[in-house]
Amino acid sequence: MNLAVTIPYWGQSLLRVLGGTVAVLLPAGTIVYLFLFKMMSFMQSRLGPMEAGPYGSMQLFAEVGKWLQKEDITPARADKRVFRAAPLVVLVSTFLLVAVVPFGPDAYFTQFDAGIFYMLAVSSISTLGILMAGWSSANKYSLLGGLRAAGQLIAYELPMVLSVLGVVIQAGSMNLQTIVIKQNSDSIFGWNGLGYPYIATQFVGFLVFMISVQAELTQTPFDMPIAESELVSGYMTEYSGFRFLIFFIAEFATAGVFALIASVLFLGGWGIPFSWFGWQSVDSIDNWMNVAGPLVMITKMMVLAGIIMWVRFSFPRFREDQLQRFAWKVLIPVSLINIMLTAIFKVAF
Amino acid sequence: MMLASDIQVAQNIGFGIIAAVMVLAAIRVVTSKNVVHAALSLIAVMAGSAAQYLLLSAEFVAVTQVLVYIGAVMVLFLFGVMLTRAKLGKDVDLDNKGAWAYGAPVALLMLGVMVYVLTKGFKDTKISVSGKGSNVGQNSLLSDKIFSSYALPFWALSFVLLAAVIGAIVLARKD
Repeated sequence: MNLAVTIPYWGQSLLRVLGGTVAVLLPAGTIVYLFLFKMMSFMQSRLGPMEAGPYGSMQLFAEVGKWLQKEDITPARADKRVFRAAPLVVLVSTFLLVAVVPFGPDAYFTQFDAGIFYMLAVSSISTLGILMAGWSSANKYSLLGGLRAAGQLIAYELPMVLSVLGVVIQAGSMNLQTIVIKQNSDSIFGWNGLGYPYIATQFVGFLVFMISVQAELTQTPFDMPIAESELVSGYMTEYSGFRFLIFFIAEFATAGVFALIASVLFLGGWGIPFSWFGWQSVDSIDNWMNVAGPLVMITKMMVLAGIIMWVRFSFPRFREDQLQRFAWKVLIPVSLINIMLTAIFKVAF
Repeated sequence: MMLASDIQVAQNIGFGIIAAVMVLAAIRVVTSKNVVHAALSLIAVMAGSAAQYLLLSAEFVAVTQVLVYIGAVMVLFLFGVMLTRAKLGKDVDLDNKGAWAYGAPVALLMLGVMVYVLTKGFKDTKISVSGKGSNVGQNSLLSDKIFSSYALPFWALSFVLLAAVIGAIVLARKD
């Protein structure tokens, strides 16, 4: 793409960092206000926050202000350095995750061949932060919560990896940008009115992926690690103020980023079917798509994040043994069969 | 012939910084008095080597390093340690007395072997990282190699892993 002005490399890097921050924090804020504050309240026949701003729309700023004012407590017997580093490790994992998500034909932070693989690898770093938080708090509830979280995240990472493989086989690439372009330029049995979003053939993979995401985010019904009736608040028990805020932001920001990735893998990402405007390839896409693309992405992201939150507010918690059995005995076999069938169909057609 | 313009200044500075961090973290792994601190330092070493792979534009290897070592091996290791014995604060019997006497020669031997193999194997070979004909960072090439010329070692390796998994099940099952 040719821009009217050439931006020097340091400027591009600065813009990338800025864009990444916006792409992480904006969805997080929107999800918290729209779903956590408002949708949950309406589902429970109440209004939710109404005082700060019109319809309580400034509530987020009030909340952040409140958390920033609180005292920053580190337990006396805690391992101070590990305790302080843990929330940052979790947040860094989220920021690294957004780096490979493409938002438009030229609007991406970075793209390389191992995109999906990178995303799966980076998302597992947050487990480390949770373990660090649980151990360093010097609190048995924290430690139990951290161990539960690690066990759960390891168990659900496998079906997540396996469910994505179906998409990789179909697209023939692990590059997220290529996957988006494939979905929007291919056709279903010669009809190209909708492109070819992989949810059409990979519905099982999509289902497994979304369930694994729910578990990876430790959202109800998979919230054993922070089960408040048993473990106070799990690995977050000893955290207060700013550090708790970081955990909180990371949780919802990761929900947003995973929704973005799911929309890229299964729903066609930033693209609209190329046949609508007669685009032949990536190079012939009009430049306005770099503005429209992120909007399309955000829309799909909101729908998927809405589903994640909807499930969160609707279902009771799994027991620990049910949770493990569900991952190992249902999700992994199902996704293995899905991979096999996809491979057979790929070779046959 | 190596020209002055061939030297990639930024990459070299990056390499130096990351290598220094790796060496410091590696020393912390063996001198730390706390088993979890040692494990966390080991994670820093592994993250450093992943970063070095990235500098060599071997993204796939770098990502594998993060996924396998940081995301799986070290998480499982920490999980196991925290489940059984992970005291906060110092742990006196963590260090083996006189381990330096064995450790240092082994480390030197390893260094010698690796330096010899690398210089012998590559000599003056230059791998073009950018421009035409460069295939650095292409996954398809890697997979083509694994499933064609290296298919037999790949199968052999998977049999070894399968045997290990079965062995783990046999050992863990009580009945």
